[in-house]
Amino acid sequence: MLDYITSYLKSDLTPGSAGNLFWAFVYIVLIFLGLSVAVIAMNWLERKILAHMQVRLGPMRVGPHGLLQPIADALKLLIKEDIMPSAADPWVFWSAPLLVVITAFTVFVVVPFGPTHAVTDMNIGVLFMLGVSSLSVLGVVMAGWASNSHYPLMGALRSSAQMVSYEIAMGLAVISAVLMTSLNNEGTGTLSMIGIVQAQQAQHVWFAFKFFPLGLIAFFIFAVAMVAETNRAPFDLPEAESELTAGFHTEYSGFRWSLFFLAEYSAMIAVSSIAVTLWLGGWMRPFPNALNGETWDLVFSLVPGLTFLLLAAITFYSTARMPKHPYFKVQTIGLGGFGAVLALIGVALFIPPVRDRVQDIFWFSAKVAFSMYMYIWYRGTFPRYRFDQLMKVGWKVLLPLGIGVLVLTAIAGILF
Amino acid sequence: MAPVATTFFFYFLSALTVLSGVLVITRKNAVHSALALIVSLLGQAALYLMLYAPFVAGVQIILYAGGIMVLFLFVIMLVSIEKAQKEEQFNQQWLVGLAAALALGALFVLVYVKGRALFPDRGILMPEQSNTQQVAVLLYGNYMFTFEIASLLLLVAIIGAVVMAKKRI
Amino acid sequence: MAPISTLHYLVVAAALFILGVIGVLTRRNVVIVLMSIELILNAVNLNLVAFSRIWGLHGQIFAIFVITDAAAEAAVGLGILIAFFRNKETVNMDEVDLMKW
Repeated sequence: MLDYITSYLKSDLTPGSAGNLFWAFVYIVLIFLGLSVAVIAMNWLERKILAHMQVRLGPMRVGPHGLLQPIADALKLLIKEDIMPSAADPWVFWSAPLLVVITAFTVFVVVPFGPTHAVTDMNIGVLFMLGVSSLSVLGVVMAGWASNSHYPLMGALRSSAQMVSYEIAMGLAVISAVLMTSLNNEGTGTLSMIGIVQAQQAQHVWFAFKFFPLGLIAFFIFAVAMVAETNRAPFDLPEAESELTAGFHTEYSGFRWSLFFLAEYSAMIAVSSIAVTLWLGGWMRPFPNALNGETWDLVFSLVPGLTFLLLAAITFYSTARMPKHPYFKVQTIGLGGFGAVLALIGVALFIPPVRDRVQDIFWFSAKVAFSMYMYIWYRGTFPRYRFDQLMKVGWKVLLPLGIGVLVLTAIAGILF
Repeated sequence: MAPVATTFFFYFLSALTVLSGVLVITRKNAVHSALALIVSLLGQAALYLMLYAPFVAGVQIILYAGGIMVLFLFVIMLVSIEKAQKEEQFNQQWLVGLAAALALGALFVLVYVKGRALFPDRGILMPEQSNTQQVAVLLYGNYMFTFEIASLLLLVAIIGAVVMAKKRI
Repeated sequence: MAPISTLHYLVVAAALFILGVIGVLTRRNVVIVLMSIELILNAVNLNLVAFSRIWGLHGQIFAIFVITDAAAEAAVGLGILIAFFRNKETVNMDEVDLMKW
């Protein structure tokens, strides 16, 4: 039994491919917990960042700097009454949020956090991720239709048209990245997520910078399409609050609504991790080509610890700036404790065995976090598109651009 | 890795597929039928995975469940179905349907009985790892011409759909 | 229980095919008839993929072509449906009788 558990730690396969069900289960639980924490953190971060972009403070009351606000919100949502409209279709209404959540979480089966840190490695990894995440549109349509109400139905119709349109541009961009994986001696490409990152490792370049500017254009197409695919601003027409109240989830409340919320953010993380895997080198550290060598490896391996120490320093600075009134005593101590935890994690990340194991996961998560920050930045910057403009961008700009990039990538792959 | 509990998964998935197939043709509400069909299609995709055809399973999920069925749902919502729901759902052809089903069933039983020798389980299990590459080599090698014709078919279908559905071209 | 052979898959496919045929012949709603046709095509696909396990990958290629065909059929069929609904305000199969004068 102990051998069974430790055998995975020495192997260079993912638990799913190695057939180690115990570790596969451990990874599933870890990913589930990590995602839930990430969604809760995103809730706080989004409100804070948006607030600072608009020169406001954002949540400040619950906990120091509003850090406990998402927990208060989650509690409120769980306690709230769960209302189902009397004219709704009960079965469909009931299953729609489940479907959305299940599809949003299932895609993480193949997300590679490191060469061995994934639940499994599928032969059809990218195809699986695109396919399963495209199923979430069904949940949205079901929710909109089952509510038996006008705004949700409009939201569902918009959402289905939008997601089907942008899926095509997305697929074309993905194909041009998959094409780049075939540029080796055998000429065999791969769809497996781990294989794609390994191809980038073998070619010593992130695919976003391959065949400049072709890779960058494909990445741009994907970046636009993924925002549309997750129904986020500026493509948030299905839930445009000034036009459709809340779009497809107008009639949902309480726990079911929070399931939609959870699914939206985990879908954002999922498409971001596709983008990171395909174009930003997955778990590779930055500058694999220009700055290679032992010294640089060492320098970059110190970054995770330093990042956490920096976060701890910011937290300690905020602790020092807390008001001195006795009312804030508990909050000050709490914030200081939080900073101490961050500092401890930072110090732990300098220990060589921990460092080597966690480095991949750190770089992957850092890139995904950057992509998530971009999402919030878009929301703070761009005004919402009109529906015909949205369709025009999808079909008349992104689709021809995608086909052009695909053809040019194929030509460049033959020539160079 | 070696497959786990093949028998259980086969019976579970095929029961799911067939039962939701029954729901497709018996539900009054077209949306319910479409949702049952999606379940059936996903069950089939899982059966493809059990048959070591991961690429076809992926295509099935992304094209059928994600693309075609969304089109169906979109159209069902576009043409209001409240009126259609109150009307008679079945036409008068149940006798013909029954006869056709019986004839087909008899045919299949005949094939099953006589064909045991025809379908031996020679069992060349496909190595799962290179399935996509093998499919690609065949698709862009032996079947290149067919592939081009398929693309032409899709072009015709796109134009046809636009001509049919647009009010003024 | 006995190991799963190709015949098992053929039985499932046959069941789906029969269901599809019954649906096409007995339902009035055009949308459901189109969906039944999808069921039939899928039964064929299941057969093809099941055979491809014995006789090589050609069955899978054929299944992909069938899926392409199904997509084309669904697009044109639903286009016709929308045009028809615009003219007659109904989606019933047996009211498509303009040619029966």
